[in-house]
Parts: sequence; structure tokens; C-alpha cells
Amino acid sequence: MGAISLKYKSKSGNLTAPGDVDPGAMIPIATVLVGVGGQSSITFSSIPSTYTHLQIRLFARSTAANVAGGVTLQFNGDTTGSNYYSHYIQADGSSVASGPNANASIHYDISGVNANASVFGAMIFDVLDYSNTNKNKTSRVLGGIDNNGGGRINLTSGLWSSTSAITSIALAPFSGNFAQHTHAALYGIKRAGA
Amino acid sequence: MPLPSTMTPIATATLTSSASTVAFTSIPSTYTDLMLVLTGKYTGVDDSSPALRFNGDSSSNYSTTYLNGSAGSATSARESNGNTIYVGSMSGDQSTSIAHILNYSNATTYKTVLSRGGHTTYRVRAYVGVWRATPQTITRIDVYGNGVYNFDVGTTLTLYGIKAA
Repeated sequence: MGAISLKYKSKSGNLTAPGDVDPGAMIPIATVLVGVGGQSSITFSSIPSTYTHLQIRLFARSTAANVAGGVTLQFNGDTTGSNYYSHYIQADGSSVASGPNANASIHYDISGVNANASVFGAMIFDVLDYSNTNKNKTSRVLGGIDNNGGGRINLTSGLWSSTSAITSIALAPFSGNFAQHTHAALYGIKRAGA
Repeated sequence: MPLPSTMTPIATATLTSSASTVAFTSIPSTYTDLMLVLTGKYTGVDDSSPALRFNGDSSSNYSTTYLNGSAGSATSARESNGNTIYVGSMSGDQSTSIAHILNYSNATTYKTVLSRGGHTTYRVRAYVGVWRATPQTITRIDVYGNGVYNFDVGTTLTLYGIKAA
């Protein structure tokens, strides 16, 4: 068996002067940890336009009466359903389903109260070219929950029909609230030379 | 002053001899998520997935659900009460798998793993798995091949830490 002792690997690369720090390309922007009592949604606001892409890493459980359920994704406070569209492919351990969610941006899955205690769903949202005012906005999501005999793994894509730069992102369970210990982290991803 | 970056490479293993397993030990608890990138192949042709075990726990505390695309069809299956979590995909040709372990250092919840992987000859897969041991920080990850063939020379595994704001 190959055993690897861990050594910290510096990312500094070619430094031009003592004290210089290579900031890297993936920058943490904000974090939300849901406390006692839960909360209905998580919103990242005042998102700077200085990155090229955004990523949200969500570890979540809802108060909905299900094992697995979706999360809605909305931008800049736009709650107009017809501005959104999403598609999914979803596997539940025995079958595969796919379909559209017209007039909605729904991505899957986080756990609900019917999942085993301490089981949380995980989702990674990528929003590319979020500040580009020449493009509608596309999201790509990998997510799922395994419940040891239940659960689903999903790939979804979403469209926001707007060329506005994204300055805020709101996440909410499709039903219920986010439960305590839900954790959402927003990251900015820079392009070369930025 | 630039914000501190994340996605820090913690350790890389590039195999100079074939190995049935690779272990990452003494993983620091200072990150939020871990990401494991695995590129390589087995020493023989066998269409199966690498698997992870945490903190040396070999009990039946793992389960995995996956989506599979191959040979013109999409299928799904699940393993419950297993002793590893399956991630990605590998065979005797070059393949790539990426596994995300979110909130690995919290001692409150079970650990959920998302992964994707594929190899050109056979298939593409997406997985979700859960480790249901008493909630604890992950300090060790053992990466297993398929039990028939080893990870081949040149297979590379890199563990990254991702730290939230």
C-alpha cells in the first residue's frame, strides 16, 4: 500500500519579491452557516464583479417532509419565473429520469427531515461568466444525497434570461427552510492575468 | 491586498510502482472541503470505480448512489451498508475522477461525497455517497482500486483543501 505523508505545498510559484503572495484563482467571498431555528433562504449580495466565474458549495438539509428535495436559485432579486429555465438528469439508485423545469431554476438535491438524522445533501453550483453583460447566465450543478437505501444523484443546468451582471444570488429549499448546520460558501474564480 | 486564495494542494502522490491503495494521512482540519483529483488507470482492463475509506473505518458505514452512462444507455444503482464509498471511474485506459468531500472537518454531521469520473472506453459516472460513522473530522483517506487490479505506474492523486471565507 502506498502511504503518503502530507507536506504542505506552497502555491507561491515564481515570486518577484520577498513577501509577495500569489493570490491564486479561487477566492473565498462569503460564507453562511445556518443556526438554531433554521432560515428560509440564503442570499449572497454585493457580489463584486471582479471575478470571471462563481462557485457555490452547499452542504444542506431542509425542514421539508422528504428524503431529498430541490433548491431554487435566483439572481439579483428576480423572482419572475419566466426568466428561468432548468433541466435535470436524476438517478435514484434504480432508475434514471430527466426533464425540464420550465419557468423555474430548480436544482437537486438536499436532504429533508425524512432522511436519516445527520445526513446532509451536497451541491456544487457553477455560474460562468456571471458579470458578462453580453450573455444570458448559465448555471451548472452537481448535487445529491445518499440515505443508505435512498437518495438521488443529479446533474442540472439552469438559465437566467438576463444579460445583467449578477450581483446577488439567493438559494432556498423548494419547500421548507434550510435546517441548522446548513453551510453555503461562495467563491470567485479569476481568469488568467486578473 | 489580495484576498487569500483557496484550493490549496495538500499532497500529491504519483505512483512509481503499482499500488492497490494510496493513503493520505494527517489531513489538517483547517479547510472547509476536500477535493481529490485522481488521474490514471488500472494495471488491467476492469471497468470499476475507485473507492474511499475514511479514518480507517472499515465498518458498514458507507453507501453510494450513482448515475451511469455507457453503451447508449443511462442507468442507476446503489450500494448500501458498504465499507467504502465509490467515486469516479477507472479501467485499463486513462481516466479522470474528481471527488468532493464537503464539510469534512465538522463533528456534527455525516460526511457527504460528490464525485464525477469517466474513461473513454466504457462510461461516465456521477456519484453521491455518505459516511455514517459517528460525526468526526476526516484525518485520513484511503483510496482503493477495484481489488482485482492495482493503480498503474503514473497514476496521480492530488488532495486539495478548499477554505471558505
